Amino acid sequence: MAAEDRISITVKLFAFFRDNRFKKQEQQFPANTTVRDIILFQGINPEEVGVTMINSRQCTLDQIPVQGDQLAIFPIIGGG
Amino acid sequence: MADKIFRVNMSTLSTAIEDVPANWNGLGGRGLTSTIVAAEVEPTCHPLGGKNKLIFAPGMLSGTVAANSGRLSVGAKSPLTGTIKEANAGGTAAQMLARIGCKALIIEGLPQGDTWYNILISADTITLSEETELVGKGNFDVVTAVQGRTSEKHGIMTIGPAGEMKMHSANISIKDPDSRLRSCGRGGLGAVMGSKQIKYIAIEPTEAKVEIADPDKFKEANRTFTKALVDNPISQALGTYGTNVLVNIINEAGALPTRNFTSGQFDGHEEISGETMHDTIVEREGKPKHNCHTGCVIQCSQIYNDSDKKYKTSGFEYESIWAMGADCCVDNLDQIAEADHLMDDIGIDTIETSVAMGVAMEGGVLEFGDGEGICRILREDIAKGTALGRIIGCGAGSVGRAYGVTRVPVVKNQAIPAYDPRAIKGIGITYATSTQGADHTMGYTIATNILGVGGSVDPLSHEGQVELSRNLQIATAAIDSTGMCLFIAFAALDDETCLPALVDMINARFGINLVAEDVTNLGISILKTERAFNEAAGFTNKDDRLPEFFSEEPIAPHNVVWDISDEEIDTFWNF
Repeated sequence: MAAEDRISITVKLFAFFRDNRFKKQEQQFPANTTVRDIILFQGINPEEVGVTMINSRQCTLDQIPVQGDQLAIFPIIGGG
Repeated sequence: MADKIFRVNMSTLSTAIEDVPANWNGLGGRGLTSTIVAAEVEPTCHPLGGKNKLIFAPGMLSGTVAANSGRLSVGAKSPLTGTIKEANAGGTAAQMLARIGCKALIIEGLPQGDTWYNILISADTITLSEETELVGKGNFDVVTAVQGRTSEKHGIMTIGPAGEMKMHSANISIKDPDSRLRSCGRGGLGAVMGSKQIKYIAIEPTEAKVEIADPDKFKEANRTFTKALVDNPISQALGTYGTNVLVNIINEAGALPTRNFTSGQFDGHEEISGETMHDTIVEREGKPKHNCHTGCVIQCSQIYNDSDKKYKTSGFEYESIWAMGADCCVDNLDQIAEADHLMDDIGIDTIETSVAMGVAMEGGVLEFGDGEGICRILREDIAKGTALGRIIGCGAGSVGRAYGVTRVPVVKNQAIPAYDPRAIKGIGITYATSTQGADHTMGYTIATNILGVGGSVDPLSHEGQVELSRNLQIATAAIDSTGMCLFIAFAALDDETCLPALVDMINARFGINLVAEDVTNLGISILKTERAFNEAAGFTNKDDRLPEFFSEEPIAPHNVVWDISDEEIDTFWNF
């Protein structure tokens, strides 16, 4: 795959998803990678995911981030 | 033994234990406090005058072994909002009141002189005594002293100096199982207790148990209910990170009100986040998990130690941390913990007071980010009742008026909590229409707007927000009557076994046959009762509005304003 086909995404993890991983990391993915695939790439079970946001807006697991996007991945959490 | 109404008249210094009127029998918690306030308090009365009444009521299931059923409701006409008010908290009092057969404690009238009093209640007696030693003392000293006079097992409901000085943000503190404090925080109910010159109310422990009509059915329903709570992933996260797990997600959503509601994101969010707090607690040998009442299986409270590994605070909540943190731009969790501890001791609402500090910062009283300054004002001004202390102690609206600030985040004069309504529009409907002023807990749309609980409604869209808020406000009014912690709602919204089990427990407790629709109808009837009280007090739909700056000032990062029309807000009450 040519280098220009890869995109750079800032992945942010929260709560226990950070354990043995990271808070924030820039990662390269092939274009057309879904949010679900990025989650799987982190070794996270998508069923444990509660909320995902691209650039601070809620997104679905089927959405495809583009070059430079920030993807935030949260487990199922609540408070109040 | 049938439940009774315990009544104390402070004008005549007399007490009575009465039968429960038939139409109050099926009620508890908020449903009962609001019904009694509506029945016995003149809506136009001065909240700190002799016509207001202060009502304490355990929930319908409090005192039983039902998981998470230990919430105590306190109600009155609020000095902060002028509306009807109910504030609830954990601690040991609800369970103890239920076990001595106290369905509600009503305190009415005002004493004529300057004498202060304390009250001791047991199953068959109410003792009203003069109080001198503890007048002026902070809540922690009160608990220590009262336990010395009585026993460590006595329940205690107390006010600090803020309540004595009738500050409109004063709360009522409830002793927890570790002799620390939980707060009936909002709306200045501590000032109502202060107006009646009652420093504390102690409850005698008993071996008696709450009667259960059908014990087997109750046990089975409680097993199902408890499993639904324990298995819920949100319950598990609450036990690890506390409610403060929300800092990062609300910041990410661009809805974390920052620098007196001028931005939706805070640069220092990581420093004050639930993740950082958890790691700090573990490192300092505190406890990430802690229950505010016996029988809680969620355990969202915690013990937060200082850098010397000594106890600093517990019940260290997202709302308090957001308000002193992002809203005042303080990124130091230890300063926030110190302020939290001071506010517990003074007996003042952490949300109202911290939002008031943010307005004071905008008014030039102190700099944004000055955590030490917040602590200094708490110690030297609010606790001592200086002019500045009284202005801040009467809330965000009071500070705005005194310092000529127009960006004052209040509805019905009560401070807006930790979610910006421009970026999460459902919660704006709740703030606007709540019968009690701005209060996220009245209809917590964050669940569905942000957390994906109970479905999903886009936080930035107009669609579905009124209906979402209405459904949640109705459900919440009912839950607040059961004695249940509101956090059962996370399981109730997504686990189909949870609510039927709750209804089964109520039926088994009282030997009745409610169905889910009856519970919804209870919620509707409570909201309508509260709304009618407010209307009789002079409130109209023109009061169901957010401050105008929300419509005029876009908030980053979404650059959105509050743009739900007044007509749309008013459709809330179409039920």
